[in-house]
Amino acid sequence: MTAPALELQAVSCTFVSQGAPGQRYTAVRDVSLTVGAGEFVAVVGPTGCGKSTLLNMAAGLLAPSTGTVRVFGSVLAGINRRAGYLFQAESLMPWRTALGNVMAGLEFRADRPRREARAVAEDWLRRVGLGGFDDRYPHQLSGGMRKRVSLAQTLALDPDIILMDEPFSALDIQTRQLMENEVLALWAAKKKAVLFITHDLDEAIAMSDRVVILSAGPASHPIGEFHIDIARPRDVAEIKTSARFIDLHAAIWAVLRDEVLKGYAQQLLVKAA
Amino acid sequence: MKHLRLWQALLLMALLAFWWAMTTPGLLPNVLFDNDKQAAFFFGEPLKVLARVWAWFVRDADVYPHLAVTLVETLLAFGVGATLGLGGGLWLALSPLASALLEPYVKALNSMPRIILAPIFSVWFGLGMGSKVALGVTLVFFIVFFNVYQGVKEVSPVILANARMLGASPKQLLRHVYLPSATSWVFSSLHTSVGLAFVGAVVGEYLGSSQGVGYLILQAEGSFDINTVMAGIVVLTAFALLIDAAVGRVEKRLMKWQPRAGESE
Repeated sequence: MTAPALELQAVSCTFVSQGAPGQRYTAVRDVSLTVGAGEFVAVVGPTGCGKSTLLNMAAGLLAPSTGTVRVFGSVLAGINRRAGYLFQAESLMPWRTALGNVMAGLEFRADRPRREARAVAEDWLRRVGLGGFDDRYPHQLSGGMRKRVSLAQTLALDPDIILMDEPFSALDIQTRQLMENEVLALWAAKKKAVLFITHDLDEAIAMSDRVVILSAGPASHPIGEFHIDIARPRDVAEIKTSARFIDLHAAIWAVLRDEVLKGYAQQLLVKAA
Repeated sequence: MKHLRLWQALLLMALLAFWWAMTTPGLLPNVLFDNDKQAAFFFGEPLKVLARVWAWFVRDADVYPHLAVTLVETLLAFGVGATLGLGGGLWLALSPLASALLEPYVKALNSMPRIILAPIFSVWFGLGMGSKVALGVTLVFFIVFFNVYQGVKEVSPVILANARMLGASPKQLLRHVYLPSATSWVFSSLHTSVGLAFVGAVVGEYLGSSQGVGYLILQAEGSFDINTVMAGIVVLTAFALLIDAAVGRVEKRLMKWQPRAGESE
């Protein structure tokens, strides 16, 4: 068997407050998680449970306090070069055009001539439905269009692993479903390992092969895992009425609900303190 | 308001008429002054000011070398000050150690009334252009420096993380993320910094020089020629407006990626 694309082995991450070293916050503790090559894994959990921390460790933006991250079998040190990261917040460079942004990664890696990079970037802009928007600056595009540009920017580098941090949470429901279907189509065409973070259970079930549930923070860890055995290709809007979807949703929600309540109670406590 | 420009022009005419009426000797009975020449002595006469400007630009055409000197001083002061400010701002913002070490000195230098350095610069660089440029540089530097420092500190961490994920090396981060972000702050302070470069040049000339518009004003003041002083002020103001308009055009071209309110295609 070949090594999984991404493997978190008993990773923990503790943040130390800079002013007061006594104040520590363990975001995640002893998390083990694997994403096979070509597998689509979604991680759901209550707010503040360290989902983004997990993703940042997989990306190499954050070093785990203990445990190791392995990428295709080798231990990760520094930035994960084989991964593309789709952020939740705006991540485009406002001083570059749409095309300039998509080209950015190709330019940074500089492993092919500029003209070729340009052609690849133009092709990707077309593929996400933004052909003809090459020369627009991010502020001239709508939120959904900017997300598409981000998607093209990430995918243009042809990463083996795609990390997504609630990428569609800021979009309206129609745009969101469109984007979800597009991502699924792109993923089906070129099977990549995907680690998808979301707080939206519907989205997680509709898109992934496997859903991992994290407990409420601090020191959150996986508390459940469900295989989503719904046939592909899927349509994220239609699938939601199928019987299997409803069963899975009920089963996962039963596990998640307590954690959501716990997480909520914890936040109230923090606020009161 | 309709005909806004027309009303603005009328207001100017009214002010000039008022000035003319109040200062022309013998036109109005003396109320504030003992004799009818005093108002003209203190405030100048608009027609004579105009004649002076006419003589400078057309009849004698002898103001151009002075204008050129002032302009070159302004541009040099801006160029050198902005470059140093950009470099210094980037350096301090990206090096926590240097920033911590130099912070009180930067603060002290900034709070110092820097115009007072003019006499020192005159001693160091002589009465030529050098001392004026130096004065302008000290004024421009801090504006640009603080803007760049702020600009680099406020680069969105998500944009940084994204660029790193896309494979940017530290050098590429500087070139493609920090620098564009910092330059945008430089340009947003362009009006202020070019204006200050101009102030530095003129004040420097006024404090001691052999050419430039500030020098013309200084000369006229020495012989109590208020009309020429006023003419100098008028020319400087018009000049400052022209420079500001030019800066506005440059800014518009360079900052087209920044959103403007109410913009649509």
